[in-house]
Amino acid sequence: MKTTRDTAMDTPAHAPSPRADDSTAWHALVDGQLPPAEADALRQQLQGDEHAQDTIAHWHMQRTRLHALHQDLLDAPVPDALRATASRVAARSAAQAQWWRWGGMAASVLVAFVLGWTGRSQWASPPSGTATLAGRAALLAAAPAQRFAQQAAVAHAVFQPEVRHPVEVTAAQQEHLVQWLSKRLDRPLKIPALGPQGYELVGGRLLPGDSGARAQFMYQNSTGQRITLYLGALATPMPAAPATPAAPTTAFQFTQEDPVPSFYWADAGFGYALSGQLSRSDLLELATAVYQQLQP
Amino acid sequence: MDHHRIIDHVPALRRYARVLTGDAWAADDLVQDTLERACNKWRLWRVGSDLRAWLFTLMHNLYLNQRRALPTQAPLDIEEVQDQLPGDTGPSDDALDLERCLQRLPAEQRAVLLLVAMEDMGYEDTARILAVPVGTVMSRLSRARARLRTLMERGPATAATTVALTGQPPVLRRLK
Repeated sequence: MKTTRDTAMDTPAHAPSPRADDSTAWHALVDGQLPPAEADALRQQLQGDEHAQDTIAHWHMQRTRLHALHQDLLDAPVPDALRATASRVAARSAAQAQWWRWGGMAASVLVAFVLGWTGRSQWASPPSGTATLAGRAALLAAAPAQRFAQQAAVAHAVFQPEVRHPVEVTAAQQEHLVQWLSKRLDRPLKIPALGPQGYELVGGRLLPGDSGARAQFMYQNSTGQRITLYLGALATPMPAAPATPAAPTTAFQFTQEDPVPSFYWADAGFGYALSGQLSRSDLLELATAVYQQLQP
Repeated sequence: MDHHRIIDHVPALRRYARVLTGDAWAADDLVQDTLERACNKWRLWRVGSDLRAWLFTLMHNLYLNQRRALPTQAPLDIEEVQDQLPGDTGPSDDALDLERCLQRLPAEQRAVLLLVAMEDMGYEDTARILAVPVGTVMSRLSRARARLRTLMERGPATAATTVALTGQPPVLRRLK
């Protein structure tokens, strides 16, 4: 069964509750750690409170002056001794990253193999009798989206740990990236912006799918957390199976199968999956942002 | 942007160490020790996790160890190290005053304040780096801000401004 994985790392949802104590909320306001709506509400609430205004103004001033302290060191060349040690750490990390990469790839191959094997047992038994036929039709109707999500998760696991080549075309050439992948996927693509959620585009790549080309866009936040958006045409279901012709299924579905959690949905024959090692709620927020931006 | 590059984090580590210790030489020693430790403990860092937070954690643990190793002494007297205070650009008197005030904060309050207000770390990250509960972070932050305010408002009466007049040329290091 699926397990909840949100326990290992506290999610930002556990941030100090803003109303618990006035001063906690004030700090969070000054430090920009309140959601915008709450910050606005608090500012409103403190309008007439002179003591609060005065304190908060002073804390802001402290922040500004602390920020300015020794700015010179941020631009100064790093002394030789420190640079040499940093290079040694980098060398070790590169060696380790190599292991992670191979480990990740090996895991992905294993997953792909297992998927292939279980798929085989599902498909191999020849349908006999109408009951089985109906079952198979249902399976076929459901299968493409699930297979799509599994392929997205595997693609995430393969490329997410990449240090040097996480993408084929980087965000610096975004225009080219869009043109290229739109051409290969035979549909005008749009790359959603996830900046407001703290994720910047790293770039994208072209991948093979069941029924042609698929695309993967990778995003990364300031802590190095990576998420991928995987999209492409879904395998066409058995023509007889769905009674609703080309009905776009747009419901979000969540899967926590290994190797990585994903939200996936389908829209007009095109599948989308957003994968990342995040809590369900964080991933849902991002998936919603992607979905909204992809609406015409 | 490659977050795996240690070298990219060194300037921020230097600055934090500089303000934390109040001493240019002690700061670079601390950064050096931090990088050495990162080298030895590299296997403990998980690829994909926050490298910056990890480095700050290592640095903070080293800083605590150093302080424990020192005989209990009054907080570093800024007057004794004032000839080291001017940076290449010569900090303003205001900056000097602020550094003096910071050095008069208890070390654990200073660390919280610097991580939150200078390094823009989240409260959760700060708590993890300092290995204390978030509640402790908040109470230290609260005390640090109140105390810093008192110190700053008591004014630069104690803050001599002769430091910038020592006439020494700024020390420049040449890098290949």
